[in-house]
Amino acid sequence: MILKPRLEDIKIIGYYLGKIILGLGLTMLIPIIIGLAFGEINPVLDFLIGIEIALIFGLILIKLCFTEKDLNWMQGMIVVSLSWLAATVLGAVPLYLSGHWKSYLDACFDAMSGFATTGLVLVQDLDHLSYTHNLWRHLVMFIGGQGIVIVTLSFFVRGASGAFRMYVGEARDEKILPNVISTSRFIWLVSIVYLILGTLALGFVAMLNGMKPINAFFHGACVFMAAFDTGGFAPQSQNILYYHSLPFEIITIIIMILGAINFKLHYHLWVGNRREIFKNIETKTFFITVLITFCIVAFGLTQVNSYPKAILLFRKGFYQLISGHTGTGFMTIYSRQFINEWNQLALVGVICAMALGGAVCSTTGAIKMLRIGIIFKALKEDIKRIILPERAIVIQKFHHIKEIFVEDKQVRSALLITLAYLVLYGLGAIIGMLFGYPFINSLFESASASANVGLSCGITNVNMPATLKLTYIFQMWAGRLEFMSVFTLIGFFIAAIKGKR
Amino acid sequence: MMRKVINYKLWVIGFGIFLFLTHNSSLITHNYCYAQSVSSTELINNARLYDGKVVTYEGEVIGDIMVRGEYAWINVNDGQNAIGIWIDRNLTKDIFYTGSHKFKGDWVEVAGLFQRACLQHGGDLDIHAQTIRKIRQGREIIERLNMSKRNLVFVLLGALCLVWILKQLKLK
Repeated sequence: MILKPRLEDIKIIGYYLGKIILGLGLTMLIPIIIGLAFGEINPVLDFLIGIEIALIFGLILIKLCFTEKDLNWMQGMIVVSLSWLAATVLGAVPLYLSGHWKSYLDACFDAMSGFATTGLVLVQDLDHLSYTHNLWRHLVMFIGGQGIVIVTLSFFVRGASGAFRMYVGEARDEKILPNVISTSRFIWLVSIVYLILGTLALGFVAMLNGMKPINAFFHGACVFMAAFDTGGFAPQSQNILYYHSLPFEIITIIIMILGAINFKLHYHLWVGNRREIFKNIETKTFFITVLITFCIVAFGLTQVNSYPKAILLFRKGFYQLISGHTGTGFMTIYSRQFINEWNQLALVGVICAMALGGAVCSTTGAIKMLRIGIIFKALKEDIKRIILPERAIVIQKFHHIKEIFVEDKQVRSALLITLAYLVLYGLGAIIGMLFGYPFINSLFESASASANVGLSCGITNVNMPATLKLTYIFQMWAGRLEFMSVFTLIGFFIAAIKGKR
Repeated sequence: MMRKVINYKLWVIGFGIFLFLTHNSSLITHNYCYAQSVSSTELINNARLYDGKVVTYEGEVIGDIMVRGEYAWINVNDGQNAIGIWIDRNLTKDIFYTGSHKFKGDWVEVAGLFQRACLQHGGDLDIHAQTIRKIRQGREIIERLNMSKRNLVFVLLGALCLVWILKQLKLK
């Protein structure tokens, strides 16, 4: 029997949602400061309107739903899924007001793409976008990459046990430090330190490449945020191709890989446990899958002689591949070149890389390396059981910070999430085909949206049907939150309609 | 007799001019296969067709002029896509404005060698410019305060203050 949600449930959800909206609204102060520094009047007004709307909504929710009770699991999950939707709708306000998005739906698409660190874009005339709006586009990636709720947990929630429920709801099931708030703060510390180092590195390279100092460091900061949070937005319409620079590409590759690494692993590297990187199941799996998928891409590109020299093939092929595998979506080719100049085998290689993703508890989306590693270990265990005598005791271990025995519970969970992702990839591909796009193009774009990558073969553009835009928004949302929060929200609505008191 | 010689000379000179023109025109047609400007979409979608050919491409110079030794990179956007142009740095001296939020960049016409996967530049799709001509001068975009946005800011500020006061009252 399904029980109808109580008014108390709605009040608790509303109260915490209000707090998160308040926190999100306040983050708009950063682009306002940048806008004032650059003397951009109207963009600052866009953000003042945005922040005011967010604060009004946040305060109303806090006032109407005031409670001192803590969240339970169901409420925590719902708060997370709703806060991502609220962030999309409210974060899109200043974008839409800029006039660079054709409709509010397009602005919401880019806002969700930013928060979910996807990188698919519908922005128009990006090369004339203000510094203020451009910073916001990248900042939402930084906020979304760490996790919208983590922003609030770090700065607005103190000691609430419900914090852990929201933390888990945001697709992070690993605590780095014993306390979830300390974990959130550690994630921010890592990100801020890398932000400073990455911005300096990219800024200096951009300056050496001939960019003006202000632009160089602005681009450095934006590209860092998009790379570390495996987002994929860039300040110019040509994405990374704009810079025409090998050193710039190499630095972005390093940052993308850092972003795809588990924050727990970052912690162990920070405290001096450098051996962990060579022993960890995730880094090992990542290395193997990059190698395999790159071989597929290289073989495909060789078949059609897309690049006349091996070094060119490596530079273009590897960059798009690592960008896809880490879930970033930076591109050094044009979208249409995927279809016109890469063959289907090469595209399959990139699709596989996108579908696999990076590490758990990182900023990437997709199935993720730990799950792939566990499934592979379980498969190995089963094969051993068949081969070895019946009396033999077969056990499988893997190293993830510590030695862990493979258990059925872990395998089941890994397989369920993998299955959910495969269904999501397939669903988007079918909807794409319903609108007349070829299978491989539809699958490519669907995998890119669901795995929060952002590579595009050209389907994503302002003229695509609104239903497809909504499909990709849903895929980005569900893919980023790894389904549980989304399923809980759907269940909550069903219970509200069909449940009994 | 004299008139016949002059006629003969005229014929020879005329034939010479004819040969010169046809020879040069063949050179011209060889070098400038696509004298009419080609759009970026056309170039990207049919990159193999245009690969290694001299094309004419026009658009707005956007972003930075990135000087690299004797050459420079400029990015030219025709309204559909932007394409990187590798150009002698001396040819960029006439470019005054580059497109950004505050500037409309110079509109230029570039004639140069189109490369689908440039050997010199890591496989980039680019154009190595031979000539550049400024068609339209860019300009500074003067930003005027949007009054309706300003008014909305004040209205929302009032609403926000009201909500804040109500919240404080409830707490008290």
